[in-house]
Amino acid sequence: MSGLLKVSSNPHVRARMKTDNIMLLVLIALLPASFFGVWNFGLRSLAVLAVSVASAVLTEYIYEKLMHKKITIGDFSAAVTGLLLGLNLPSTVPLWLPVIGTVFAILFVKQLFGGLGQNFMNPALAGRCFLLLSFAGRMTDFTWDGISGATPLAALKAGNPVRVLDLFLGKTAGTIGETSVVAILIGAVVLLWFEVIDLRIPGSYLLSFAVCTLLFGGHGLDFGFLLAELCGGGLMLGAFFMATDYVTSPITKNGQIVYGIALGILTAVFRFLGSAAEGVSYAIIIGNLLVPVIEKVTEPTAFGREPFWKRGKKA
Amino acid sequence: MLGHTFKGGIHPYDGKELSKDKAISSVLPKGELVYPLSQHIGAPAVPVVEKGEHVLVGQKIAEAGGFVSAPIHASVSGTVKGIEKRLTVTGNIADCIVIENDGKYEEVVWPERKPLDQMTPKEILEIVKEAGVVGMGGAGFPTHVKLSPKEPEKIDYVIANCAECEPYLTSDYRRMIENPELLVGGMKVLLRIFPHAKGVIAVEDNKKDAIEYLEEAAKDEPNIQVVALKTKYPQGAERMLIYAVTGRKLNSSMLPADVGCVVDNCDTVVSLYRAAVQGRPLMHRIVTVTGDAVQDPRNFSVCTGTSYRELLEAAGGLKTEPEKIISGGPMMGFGLYSLDVPVTKTSSALLCMTKDEVSRYEETACINCGRCVEACPEQLLPSRLADASVHHREAWFEQHNGLECCECGCCSYVCPARRPLTQYIKSMRKIILGKKKKK
Repeated sequence: MSGLLKVSSNPHVRARMKTDNIMLLVLIALLPASFFGVWNFGLRSLAVLAVSVASAVLTEYIYEKLMHKKITIGDFSAAVTGLLLGLNLPSTVPLWLPVIGTVFAILFVKQLFGGLGQNFMNPALAGRCFLLLSFAGRMTDFTWDGISGATPLAALKAGNPVRVLDLFLGKTAGTIGETSVVAILIGAVVLLWFEVIDLRIPGSYLLSFAVCTLLFGGHGLDFGFLLAELCGGGLMLGAFFMATDYVTSPITKNGQIVYGIALGILTAVFRFLGSAAEGVSYAIIIGNLLVPVIEKVTEPTAFGREPFWKRGKKA
Repeated sequence: MLGHTFKGGIHPYDGKELSKDKAISSVLPKGELVYPLSQHIGAPAVPVVEKGEHVLVGQKIAEAGGFVSAPIHASVSGTVKGIEKRLTVTGNIADCIVIENDGKYEEVVWPERKPLDQMTPKEILEIVKEAGVVGMGGAGFPTHVKLSPKEPEKIDYVIANCAECEPYLTSDYRRMIENPELLVGGMKVLLRIFPHAKGVIAVEDNKKDAIEYLEEAAKDEPNIQVVALKTKYPQGAERMLIYAVTGRKLNSSMLPADVGCVVDNCDTVVSLYRAAVQGRPLMHRIVTVTGDAVQDPRNFSVCTGTSYRELLEAAGGLKTEPEKIISGGPMMGFGLYSLDVPVTKTSSALLCMTKDEVSRYEETACINCGRCVEACPEQLLPSRLADASVHHREAWFEQHNGLECCECGCCSYVCPARRPLTQYIKSMRKIILGKKKKK
């Protein structure tokens, strides 16, 4: 033994999963939905996704370079934001639109608040909502099979029938990544399998939304309507890929369930009481704002200690 | 019952196959042996020998420095070279008695012991105290203190902690396989002190054969039960173990006795038997020498005071150049920068790793994933406590139960951002506890 030994505090081993592995898995899990989107909406949507990812990564790189910060594009989080935003755009948008969206998402929502881990809102969704407000026309121009038409949810809201099977498979109009429930679920299984996410948030979200739909959807116990609401719009993509964003969801386990329930209620409020047919994006970013409060009231009780609400009363 | 486990915890690579089938063999030390005066929790022991004095195996060389303290006995015969400052496992340079081994192993006359059923609990406690028995799982809490609760009649569980949840360690496992009768004998000593209690030997269920041997050894003891625990780190942490066995929860400021339990580590229970029945003080322990850099991983019965360097040589030396050498297991052990430190009563293993994965990682931003919260056996919020530590928010840290942390290392282990959470929390705890002591 000749060399010097390394000394550090315990523990001396680490689990395999690292931040970049997690982000890479999310990217992989988004591939089925991306491929389906490209197949469904044509090569034009591939260009939208590519521009979106590239500009997100580039924005992060340029900002960090200019600010003399450590370049963190290697953790793939910017790529995830870019891809998620791209999947939330209609395939018909001009290619400068995803650039504006990702610059807003990465620069204003993520980096200016301190970079990865510090943003208080999901950057991709904040970017999408920013675009929705600024370019409402272009953002809701859903063309499918050469026809510009209503999304299934809008049709549903107008009282027209929709085919649930088409919604499940994804053969409908909508944003690039949200239409195919099957493709999204394949990705979700990947995330669940590798324990990147668990069912607390998506499960409680979907369940609370289903209950709200049955109670306040205006269709009573119409399960066809319920399934159409569950499969339509951005709900599945939102529940499995965006509500589960670590940074903007509660760290406490019970808090995650509370958060999921809140998202379900908010989504139902937007869909059934609002003027628009869709409300997942708004529900999630408003839910993001509730996270600090949720975390505060769901702090776990330390082993062998009094629950926090009794704390301070004694002694 | 509860499935015999706790909430949280992790499943690290356990590495036990390296040394689990290697029978315990003895290492006879050469040269000098070093006995730190402080190898237990509490006041350091006070030397009762002088430079140049000749000592025998089993002779007391230092006496307890208070009630919470323990005497130290020579494990070899030879001459006292002096009482000097030497490097110890934790990296401190501390007072140690140094004995030059004469290689003859001349023993003191071992005291005769009465049969166990004729001894009173008080007599047994006195013997345990004099034999210098301390918790050999790592903390080194003097055992006679643990066995003297305020209300001994309220103790209804006596638990032998044989979980050995720490990866790579196989010393307790070998003890259970090779000497289950000593362990059961030690339990009988404990049950003599606490006659109203039920004896439980708690073993993780990855050691099926050990459970069988123990059940066989305890089959005539209706009051001793072997309990299989779920294999999960840190199953052997005292509070987690008590919860897994009895369903009782205690916090960091309580003692096991507050919920009617007495917990002793596997080797400690064996030492109790040796002290109370065979009249031998604590001067040996089992040390696992293992890791991928070691030629021939082994389990050794070692005289306390032997240097780690000799143990490594006895295991065939190094196979490859190690990057990290740890005293203890990979989760809670100490990183060593020198092998010239002595084995103490609490040394459980010498682990040599070819690669130190930890130093390769750079800390990145917390992504709030909650893995640390899920893994924390104390149900704390490790990432937030670490933030509080970084920003010196002591009040917040304390209010959110940061002091409950048992420093098991689960949070650092799972953190995908590679933040040294345990280290942050540990340093803040030290600061707060230090301030409290001053008051």
